[in-house]
Amino acid sequence: MAGTGKAHLRPAEEVLLRIEDLVVEFPTRDGRVVHAVSGVSLDIAEGETLGLVGESGCGKSSTGRAILQLPKPTSGRVELDGTDLTELGPEELRRRRTDVQMIFQDPISSLNPRRKIGEVVAEPLRVWGPKDADEQWTLVSELLDAVGIDPDHARNKRAHQFSGGQCQRISIARALVMEPKLIICDEPVSALDVSVQAQILNMLESLKQRYGLTLVFIAHDLAVVKNISDRVAVMYLGKICEVSESDQLYTRPAHPYTRLLLESIPVPDPLAPLDTDLVAEEELPSPIDPPSGCRFRTRCPLATDICSETEPQMKSIGDDHFVACHHVDRVLAQPGPADARPITV
Amino acid sequence: MVVTATWFSGLTPTPSDGTPPEAANLMHTAQAARTEPGCYDRCCNIATELTFVTLCVPILATMYEPDLLVVNDLRTYFDVDAGVVKAVDGVSLSLPRGRTLGIVGESGSGKTVLSRSIMRLNTSANATTTGSVRYQGEELLDKSPAEMRDIWGEEIAMVFQNPMTSLNPVVRIGRQLTEHVEHHLGVSGREAKEQAIRLLRSVRIPEPDRRFNNYPHELSGGMRQRVCIAIALACSPKLLFADEPTTALDVTVQHQILNLLAHQQRDRNMTMVLVTHDLGVVAGRTDDIAVMYAGRIVEKAPTQVLFQSLRHPYTEALLRAIPKVDQPKHTRLSAIVGRPPDLINPPTGCKFSPRCPYVQPRCLEEEPPLMPAPTGNHSFACWYPVGSSEAKHAWEENLAYGVTQTLAAAGEIEATEETDDLETTAAVLALETADD
Repeated sequence: MAGTGKAHLRPAEEVLLRIEDLVVEFPTRDGRVVHAVSGVSLDIAEGETLGLVGESGCGKSSTGRAILQLPKPTSGRVELDGTDLTELGPEELRRRRTDVQMIFQDPISSLNPRRKIGEVVAEPLRVWGPKDADEQWTLVSELLDAVGIDPDHARNKRAHQFSGGQCQRISIARALVMEPKLIICDEPVSALDVSVQAQILNMLESLKQRYGLTLVFIAHDLAVVKNISDRVAVMYLGKICEVSESDQLYTRPAHPYTRLLLESIPVPDPLAPLDTDLVAEEELPSPIDPPSGCRFRTRCPLATDICSETEPQMKSIGDDHFVACHHVDRVLAQPGPADARPITV
Repeated sequence: MVVTATWFSGLTPTPSDGTPPEAANLMHTAQAARTEPGCYDRCCNIATELTFVTLCVPILATMYEPDLLVVNDLRTYFDVDAGVVKAVDGVSLSLPRGRTLGIVGESGSGKTVLSRSIMRLNTSANATTTGSVRYQGEELLDKSPAEMRDIWGEEIAMVFQNPMTSLNPVVRIGRQLTEHVEHHLGVSGREAKEQAIRLLRSVRIPEPDRRFNNYPHELSGGMRQRVCIAIALACSPKLLFADEPTTALDVTVQHQILNLLAHQQRDRNMTMVLVTHDLGVVAGRTDDIAVMYAGRIVEKAPTQVLFQSLRHPYTEALLRAIPKVDQPKHTRLSAIVGRPPDLINPPTGCKFSPRCPYVQPRCLEEEPPLMPAPTGNHSFACWYPVGSSEAKHAWEENLAYGVTQTLAAAGEIEATEETDDLETTAAVLALETADD
């Protein structure tokens, strides 16, 4: 899109969460407006993992937080199981929000450094769960165990006594303790080493199966997103470029921005083709004053006049594959990254 | 001696064999003077003789030492309340001119402390560095901080990981560049500004004249890292350390910054050390790779050789843990159990043994030295190197016996960080008795 449209949405009764025309804007001090998210529509079926990928500043975190009404979006609908969260009053919202939990990027700063781990994980239960402390501890220890942390060892320790990977496991246990329907993972592995990243990704997959979780997985690394997601939405400057089943996104990327992201992933193979010419960074357009028409046009190698005049609309280009680009045919005519390295099944 | 060495280092090296053409001529004249009687007569006086000695000794020294940097048995220990942290524990490496070395490892493997030790940036009172760091034949560890000041920037420079914290937030970027240029190159005022703008342009910052007056917070992360690179390159250093230069950046920006570093290296004929935790970053961009674990180099090889025939289980594990975009979705990643060792009380024997899927009783007792492989300028420190029949046997035996890390590597159980060293030791030692 960088365009708008809802061609990629599935019927409301098939999905757990449906976001329509979501707009998130922030006022700046000099009276202008940051257009963080501009008319995004997405949906997630139960048990599905939706990947949300894009560069910093593309609005992927704002979208994730707007689902939780943190803060309330400027406009648009966020329907969870048929209830529009944007229309709920504060008390009702508080109740419904227990169904959606969040895991943040920085594992250490998202745990209160002064509280014991046992208390941190039990805190949601103190508000909403069983009031009996023993009952709470049974639940907490079961979940700590599920994320690979020894509950008795961790109970009376504090966050600084654990490594980043362990803190992220504890955050995940805290998110699971409310038995949420949906978990929003906002860059949960970007602060971790590659070895720990693999542990956490594998664990999320297992937990997803064990507890029947539905995940929104936000990250800037397309390789990570592709590994964990069933369906991926590529975002650029507050708009959605492409939505696709995740293997297809790699074998048949249809948006120039998706291609750019794919080509930028460092490949652990010295013989892989490497474009070493790209050095310059064009001035990135600002979300305060986004480009007219297609927002990606200022960086797009295929941009023509139509791109600045008309905003492309989401259209279907195959089975569960949608793209918002005026020049899809030209993109698809070029060889993609998978032609050099075919997918190994 | 110091004077001549500095004079000498000012010459431009030729790309072919690293010997400056002027130096080669001098050597030739010197030899001619000694062998040909006529020539010797012309310059036969003590002064000339002395000049020969003072000029030729450093030249000869560099001829026998073609490497720009030679590190020998470098150790950096930090004294903390809990004991002594052996962050770098006996690293030796040499860096030929014009090459790019990648140093790879997890957090806590000592890669950053290594590069900071070489540059003498570990200034805290509890740090002790021993060993030898010879840069162009000169010992850096013997230099005073004042002498190091002349080396930083002009000879060796560094680009740090976080561009926000390595720039001064309350000083305009132009001033941060000119400060450096004025100190080292002795230019001032308008000339320094012109030079700074040229540098900003060379790192492809758009509208450098306007950017000159910006504060760091007015720039994006990628732009800030470009400014840091411009500062590092300002005095044309011969050796550049890039310590995780792109870890804080988006993948698209990372690609551009790595390309920019490669272009600058080629244009300036620099030698570069690229420190990173991502084998994907070093794959296409380095000549050699050193893999570090627990303060030591565990495998070292030319990049292509390393990727074609890696021998160390840790290198293999790092490579297998990376999610690859050409794998189908939901491919189970091969995780490494546990986490980097405690550097105060490291495990006995091979430091990787508590996490290694090929671990055998011998690994728990004897630490393997860095041994050369039969081919390809390749060395590794492992008793059961990947690809050998011993390793294959070890893997099968461990799998049959149910050693945690082997099961996790084979994807049969969930890997965690909670693996206890003692548990592994017990399991593997039990294996030994089972053998008997």
